[in-house]
Amino acid sequence: MSQIFHRSTNTISRATIYGFVFVIGALAWATAEFQRSPWITRQGEAQSQPVPFSHQHHVGGLGIDCRYCHTAVEDSSFAGLPPTKTCMNCHSQLWTDSPMLAEVRDSYRSGESLRWNRVHDLPDYVYFNHQIHVNKGVGCASCHGRVDRMPLTYEANSLQMEWCLDCHRAPDKYLRPKTEVFNMEYEQPSTEKKVSVAGKIYTDQRTLGRDLIKLYGIRSPGDLTSCSTCHR
Amino acid sequence: MLDGKKSCHDQKLIQIAAAEERLELAEVREKLAQARGPKFWRSLEELAATPQFEDMLHREFPRHASEWREGEKGFSRRDFLKLSAASLAFAGLAGCTKQPLEPIVPYVRQPEEMVLGKPLFFATAMTLSGYGKPLLVESHEGRPTKIEGNPDHPASRGASDLYAQASILSLYDPERSQTILNRGQVRPWGSLVGAIKKALAQPGSGAGLRILTGAVSSPTLASQIQQVLKLYPGAKWHQWEPNHRDTARNGAVMAFGEPVETHYHLDKADVVLTLDADFMSAAGHPDFMRLSRDFMQRRRDPKQGMSRLYALESTPSNTGGKSDHRLGVRASEVQLLARAIAGRLGIVSAGPAEVVHEKWIEVLVKDMQSARGRSVVIPGEHQTAEVHALAHAMNAALGNVGQTVTYTESALAQWVDSRASLRELVSDINAGKVSLLLMLGVNPVYDAPADLGLAEALKKVGLKIHLGLYVDETAAACDWHLPEAHYLEHWSDVRSFDGSVSIVQPLIAPLYSGRSAHELLAALTVSTEQSSYDIVRAYWRSQYKDADFESAWRRWLHDGLLANSGFTPKQLFAKTPSLPAEMKPAVQGIEVIFRPDPTLYDGRFAANGWLQEVQKTVSTLTWENAVMVGARMAQREGLQYGDVVDLDYGGKTMRGPVYILPGHPDHSVTVHLGYGRTRAALAGTAKGFDAYPLRTSSAPWFGGGASLRKAGERITLATVRNHHVMDISELGKEAAAREVVRSATLDEFR
Repeated sequence: MSQIFHRSTNTISRATIYGFVFVIGALAWATAEFQRSPWITRQGEAQSQPVPFSHQHHVGGLGIDCRYCHTAVEDSSFAGLPPTKTCMNCHSQLWTDSPMLAEVRDSYRSGESLRWNRVHDLPDYVYFNHQIHVNKGVGCASCHGRVDRMPLTYEANSLQMEWCLDCHRAPDKYLRPKTEVFNMEYEQPSTEKKVSVAGKIYTDQRTLGRDLIKLYGIRSPGDLTSCSTCHR
Repeated sequence: MLDGKKSCHDQKLIQIAAAEERLELAEVREKLAQARGPKFWRSLEELAATPQFEDMLHREFPRHASEWREGEKGFSRRDFLKLSAASLAFAGLAGCTKQPLEPIVPYVRQPEEMVLGKPLFFATAMTLSGYGKPLLVESHEGRPTKIEGNPDHPASRGASDLYAQASILSLYDPERSQTILNRGQVRPWGSLVGAIKKALAQPGSGAGLRILTGAVSSPTLASQIQQVLKLYPGAKWHQWEPNHRDTARNGAVMAFGEPVETHYHLDKADVVLTLDADFMSAAGHPDFMRLSRDFMQRRRDPKQGMSRLYALESTPSNTGGKSDHRLGVRASEVQLLARAIAGRLGIVSAGPAEVVHEKWIEVLVKDMQSARGRSVVIPGEHQTAEVHALAHAMNAALGNVGQTVTYTESALAQWVDSRASLRELVSDINAGKVSLLLMLGVNPVYDAPADLGLAEALKKVGLKIHLGLYVDETAAACDWHLPEAHYLEHWSDVRSFDGSVSIVQPLIAPLYSGRSAHELLAALTVSTEQSSYDIVRAYWRSQYKDADFESAWRRWLHDGLLANSGFTPKQLFAKTPSLPAEMKPAVQGIEVIFRPDPTLYDGRFAANGWLQEVQKTVSTLTWENAVMVGARMAQREGLQYGDVVDLDYGGKTMRGPVYILPGHPDHSVTVHLGYGRTRAALAGTAKGFDAYPLRTSSAPWFGGGASLRKAGERITLATVRNHHVMDISELGKEAAAREVVRSATLDEFR
């Protein structure tokens, strides 16, 4: 009885079997990369807003503190979104007939809220608390990026779990003195730019970070990466 | 459960249950008789240690929960785990999706004090049977979420009860009444006001006006009612509370000549005697939160010396469970024994010739006499007026008045005899004197005494208007129904048991355009529409003499009470009640005891699923009521759990399942009011049986002459008495070995 398959079939089948592993691997890699891509995370994607509010102008240009609008950031899980009243504190005096601010004035007059598009939106199964972060030396800019340079606000980081864990595993890489939390222009200590905390001068981030962990009583990476810390 | 619409599956379960749940009560009693020292057990099945019970104990899941097996319909545990794993995997996959774009909507003008993401707390009060329960309510961005007691209020000190806790569910209940109805047709507020004005426009028609409310302590509401009565001469105000305190009132009148309120100070009492008084349940005493706390204060700190509690009671209760010495007697015997005790104390001349529980009384009297000024006698809310009068005399004779017992005026605006008030209304209706009847937050068609025939009489009233949270039995019998605003939705005020006034402030605007009794009554007196806020504020502005009303008002709202608005004690001395020469209990046949349901109260909370689901005190029943009998009676009559019986009483028959309640007095049964509602939303309709048709105005809490017969049917009762029991090889052994329940003498405890 003659062979049904040609001898070359052996090679093809071997190549297929081994190749399959690579194909699966490649697919998995592609999926993972796709998951991390800005198309999924919306990283760097400026959202259109009913009023083209510019942080660059208000924070970078005018020097308004973060907490003037995000009032709850030090006291609550939610940083707080300013009510229309906050806008009108100034804009009842300034740019009172600017067409760009028509929506703000309408909102104030009618009592109807402005509907902003959310830029930083964590999934509902994540518990995030602003209060604990800003009170333990995590700067606004560490997560939100240089908001003072954003004409329209966008997500500076992916807000994915691996990104969170990067800091939760080693907070000493990012911590800064509490006095610098709201400082957009803060830079990590180096030999050129020294940082002093409690009378001690630091020239490198790791030493500063380790001391701040002790000073602020920050828990161990084991505690910070426990599932129930964020998924309650 | 008794609507006869059981599925085949249910029937099968019932048969299984009937075959297996057979208790040999004789054996149980024998076992108990042999036991020495403290023994802890949860249920009669556990005590009997039947093979069925042992079997249940060793199963991981109850029989009915694990009966789905492979091959039969449904799925196995393996299938269940497979599906769970798949669900989990898909849930994980869902995490990989792109977050949708969401809007974020800030306030236009953010309320002051608010920190977004953090709750605010507001002091308010809930009214139950006229008495205020001071509360502190948690609110998230304008939505109330959690209710607790107000720690700054003397009547609460942070405590709340199950009705207050569960009332948050009623607030959001979509089955609450939502629209004004005129014979089933939706109508606007203006039409209702027009109908009232039209009815009152005819000359002399004011004399046909009747207002029926529950017990009222709200100073604003009381003043509004007085205004209406002044404006319409001949009009009358009636009050009806199913869980009324008539005997407490009438007892006080017997002792003092006026209806005064009695306050007990159990933190100062060394010896406490309760005469069928359940001061540790929300349905048992309006001041139960403070009483329980004061009592337990003496238990927590043994250095001060523990107080001793003697409980003389009929239906087993929380108080009996906490007592050091409990004596279970029939409800009608309580009065007899109270008289015997009073006789030993030398208050009434001659006690009855023979005293059954002589030893018990002797020890008690000795104990009380050695604690003069530091003892308390508490009569039961559900006992007779004579028992109350005797208790007042005993407290006076023991020197307790001014020490552990004080008297003040009642928190209620007018403390009337509830039954007499309703009887007068019905006779006025039957005499054709009533043309307009306003029923404010009451449901008398369901809960009025059966002998008054109120439902029938209502047909003779020209215009009947009902204000209520639900379209209930009374709403269905009325021409107009007006949805009532929940207490978290409107402004009002209320007095707590101690007399302190709390302003009831809303936490949210009415969800279903409900109105308050204040707004409805204002429609009778003023031409312009007034909000509850305006009415309550105007009243207190007129009462407040100092200049700065605004800051006083803000202080009241913040604190949840008007400082020092509680009553000051009165100096009173109880008269010895003149009692009939011989008091005989009505000992023919079986005695029926009526009690408000531990969770549904008088039935008003029947639509609240949480209160249906929570287990009842002592019996652990859920979602239904039962005919409670003692073990001795069950043994004699051959009754098992769930046996359906017909209870004949006063010429009427009621059908319900039996529940064996250890400790229940013999020759008597307890039925709880509040079930068998016909219109109480989904959660409350057609659950359990209605005991109100048996309850008359002359015997509101107990009556004799009943008989019981088996109907030949058996149902499974929803009870948790055998849930989570632990493996025990011998009665109480395991519990003792592992010290789950610990017991020690006072010396050891110190």
